[in-house]
Amino acid sequence: MIRVELPPHLRGLAHVSGEVKLDIQGVATQRSVLDALEERYPMLRGAIRDHITQKRRPFLRFFACGEDLSHEQPDAPLPAAVASGAEPLLIVGAIAGG
Amino acid sequence: MSSVRVLVGTRKGAFILTADGKRENWDVSGPHFAGWEMYHLKGSPADPNRIYASQSSSWSGQIMQRSNDGGKTWETVGNKFVYEGVPGTHQWYDGTPHPWEFKRVWHLEPSLTDPDKVYAGVEDAALFVSNDGAQTWQELSGLRHHGSGPHWQPGAGGMCLHSIIQDPSNLDRMFIAISAAGAFRTDDAGKTWRPINRGLRSQYIPDPEAEVGHCVHHIAMHRARPNVLFMQKHWDVMRTDNAGDSWQEISGNLPTDFGFAIDVHAHEPDTIYVAPIKSDSEHFVPDGKLRVFRSRTGGNEWEALTKGLPQANCYVNVLRDAMAVDSLDECGVYFGTSGGQVYASANAGDSWTPIVRDLPGVLSVETQTLP
Repeated sequence: MIRVELPPHLRGLAHVSGEVKLDIQGVATQRSVLDALEERYPMLRGAIRDHITQKRRPFLRFFACGEDLSHEQPDAPLPAAVASGAEPLLIVGAIAGG
Repeated sequence: MSSVRVLVGTRKGAFILTADGKRENWDVSGPHFAGWEMYHLKGSPADPNRIYASQSSSWSGQIMQRSNDGGKTWETVGNKFVYEGVPGTHQWYDGTPHPWEFKRVWHLEPSLTDPDKVYAGVEDAALFVSNDGAQTWQELSGLRHHGSGPHWQPGAGGMCLHSIIQDPSNLDRMFIAISAAGAFRTDDAGKTWRPINRGLRSQYIPDPEAEVGHCVHHIAMHRARPNVLFMQKHWDVMRTDNAGDSWQEISGNLPTDFGFAIDVHAHEPDTIYVAPIKSDSEHFVPDGKLRVFRSRTGGNEWEALTKGLPQANCYVNVLRDAMAVDSLDECGVYFGTSGGQVYASANAGDSWTPIVRDLPGVLSVETQTLP
């Protein structure tokens, strides 16, 4: 079970509160977690990564276990603590704008 | 008794204002989609309970919303806008080629006859259509592939397709406008397009009378007279009597002919409204006075409408989609400001009252007149 914490505006869009819990088949990677997240919450499609390029939106970043994972390859395994559910994957909005 | 629903898009959410036909007591609902930029909301003429809304943010891009109950509840619908074929390039601000990139939906125009059909004008400029209630979108690429496309340049607000007008007497005919390419018309339901900018003169471009390159801010039409269009250009208020084949300036005695918003009275095709703005470098009303100007002669002769509007120390803007009219017997006129006020007139502009004073900056105002 993977825990994902969404930024507030995406929690509102997905109508969830608190963390999202996802079951992932196979290796937990950014791609597999986001695939599962979008499968459960289709309204998030295009809001975290681009529909076509699948690249992370520039003003969002991925953190876990005190590390910035934003520039990791999408198919790289997530840290073991995230894969085990001990730590959440944090999707964080940049502190910018008005 | 008839009633009015005013759909307001702001920089931090959407608001729905409702009143009965007297338009004296207003109910304010919102914010819907709090914290998000709501560029535009518009109801279907064929089913007023069907409303489409464009929701966006710099963080999470474009989201699309749809309501089937007049804005009480909403569902997220399709937000996949993909340019047809190889997107190609347009010109960047400095004249260099720049790839076409989807940024946001500026304007939604539901079909006059089919609640599930809706057009979307987007940045970078293109026109999309959905035939399934906004679940999926297809580009009407004949517009962007008009031979002039590679030469289009963005205006200061981005290269946006912001105006979409359907001809109620000929559903194959449609008008659109792009900042800063100009106005275009299709006569075959969007397959092919021609620029309709003859008569426009823009001193700020290399050829002031070029076929494309004009910063058209908004266009408006009265449905009973679809060959007559009114235009607020970057500078100049213009009119065409032949569906855009040629334009004449009608700025007349306006204090400044810069502005964004323009609209037409619901029952008087020659009564038009503009909200003059001081200049392209000072986007606020001139002389600290919030004034709507009305022409009852189809242009050139304008009267200031000031009753109920602040006439000192006011420095707000009125954006291009932030003015609308209702179609009650005595036409109501509405506009929203960058300062978060939405003003209403229940007497065609003779006097005004604020419905709300303290919303986030208003991006768009649309009305629905309900039976």
